[in-house]
Amino acid sequence: MGEPIIQVENLYKNYGAVEALRGASFAVQEGEVFGLLGPNGAGKTSTIEILEGLRTADRGVARVCGLDPEKAGEKFKEIIGAVLQATSLPQKLRVREALDLFANFYPKRADVGMLLKRFQLEEKANAFYSELSGGQKQRLALAMALVNDPRVIFLDEPTAGLDPQVRREIYDIIAELRGSKKTVLITTHYIEEAERLCDRVAIIDHGRVIALGTPRELKQGSAGTTRIEVRVARPLTNGMMGKLDGVASCHEFDGAWVLSSTRPPATIVALVKQLEAENNELQSLEMFSPSLEDVFIELTGRRLRE
Amino acid sequence: MGILSRTWTLTKVRLVLATRNRAFFFFSLVMPLIFLVGAVVFIGNHTQWAGYILGAILTATVMGSFWGLSVQLVTFREQGILRRFRIAPVGAGPMLASSIIANYFMALPVVTLEILVCRFVLHMQNWGNLPAIVVLVTIGSATFSSLGLIVASVTNTMQETQMINNLIWMGFIFLGGATIPIGSFPHWLQHVSLFIPAQYLATGLQSAATWQASFWEVLEDSVALLLGLFVAFEMSRRLFRWEPEAKAPRSAKLWVVAAFVPFLIFGAWENYHGSQLKRVNTNYHMLREMMPGQLTAPR
Repeated sequence: MGEPIIQVENLYKNYGAVEALRGASFAVQEGEVFGLLGPNGAGKTSTIEILEGLRTADRGVARVCGLDPEKAGEKFKEIIGAVLQATSLPQKLRVREALDLFANFYPKRADVGMLLKRFQLEEKANAFYSELSGGQKQRLALAMALVNDPRVIFLDEPTAGLDPQVRREIYDIIAELRGSKKTVLITTHYIEEAERLCDRVAIIDHGRVIALGTPRELKQGSAGTTRIEVRVARPLTNGMMGKLDGVASCHEFDGAWVLSSTRPPATIVALVKQLEAENNELQSLEMFSPSLEDVFIELTGRRLRE
Repeated sequence: MGILSRTWTLTKVRLVLATRNRAFFFFSLVMPLIFLVGAVVFIGNHTQWAGYILGAILTATVMGSFWGLSVQLVTFREQGILRRFRIAPVGAGPMLASSIIANYFMALPVVTLEILVCRFVLHMQNWGNLPAIVVLVTIGSATFSSLGLIVASVTNTMQETQMINNLIWMGFIFLGGATIPIGSFPHWLQHVSLFIPAQYLATGLQSAATWQASFWEVLEDSVALLLGLFVAFEMSRRLFRWEPEAKAPRSAKLWVVAAFVPFLIFGAWENYHGSQLKRVNTNYHMLREMMPGQLTAPR
């Protein structure tokens, strides 16, 4: 492995009494699509905004292409592209004008006509920003992030709040970036996004990276276990779920029990017997193969989207 | 890509956006023209007053940039628009300078129209000193834009911006000579008016339009406005905030006062040694006593 293109070491950031980052560390190699996965408030946006040069870290090291984002100035801005968590433009600016405007800031420019085509915005080229749908605005934000043909692209929750179809369209665009060997740092709280798009993922919680690896490597931590989600009619006897056959760990979320089982059939049989003995009733039971959600639950005892 | 190129890119977009903004049309085009129509009605047959009226109307038009830019900057910051520009290689300087330049270009057609109406509809007896008028309009537009930008830089909300703007605007419009001739003020208030930036613009433009004051005769007005421009621009550049949540501390409001320091210095100097009040009173007496054919420079 060569020198990392993005380097984060022991990053700290406080907002008053709130500790947003508490020693986050990770490194991203050139050409990688790297995901920061975590719940809201985990420190993802603080991390990415420090790397974009929008915020100042209280302590620690943040480098992009060997440059300090806070101090490198224009040289740094010329090699990055970014989609902010919320992008806003003047309401009466047309789509093509927005792309032309931002393209004109850079010495190295992508072809605006090609970008319009690539992001399916040709028909909307003369539309005002205020006339675009949420998905179109997000596609424009992505196109704007690429106007300078950047080496490193930062995407802060690029699909948050979008409907599933638009989300899939944006997945395709990110997959295309991956194909073109761009380095992409993406923050998300969608498991599917991290698993589908990222070469490597750092799971971040309470301002720290708590797990790091490829989605496969991370899931191997949960290898051999199956997630079983159970709802029952009445509250259970204390500690009963954790003592069932094959159960490695169990957590309760909003009245549902999430069991991590090494022997699912045995666990289900034991569960049914126990419920009968307690004169309780099984309302629903679902089984899932291991995912990053399981990794997160195992590490934190919480769901990602709590 | 240099600073100049980026500034020009932004200027062009701002000009385009301004043409799509109804509020801009109202405040920058319709309102000055309403003033002008009012002036036509007010003047009636007294066409000899046209030069003085032109000076006053040009002053009000140029000062209008104080309002527009501060409101626009705060709106852009509150909506998170500035944030997107922050990731691009654009500094605070080009962002501010482009708004000032675009505002100046947008004011030019209005200024031209006002001069033409005064000359041909109000029968102004001559063109005034056009080069001096152009210099004062150019510097004045940039100065009042910068003063507006500094208000935007030290306020956190639109409400706060409008409150401070109103306070300052009252002083500009009523104490600067744009609406009420300074010569008609009580003696002590005339001395106070020497600290008001608008006074230098109004006196300069009225002198250039009424008795064709040369560029050298309005040099002091131009220098006062120019110094005010440099201080206000540099302060607003340094205090520029991109982020909606980046709040200016209360003490930052004092920077507005600091931006007026050049005018405080000029005002103090004028109160003790200067001849500004003499010019102001000459303009006023000419306005009162003016008869056709008597438009000559005061000696």
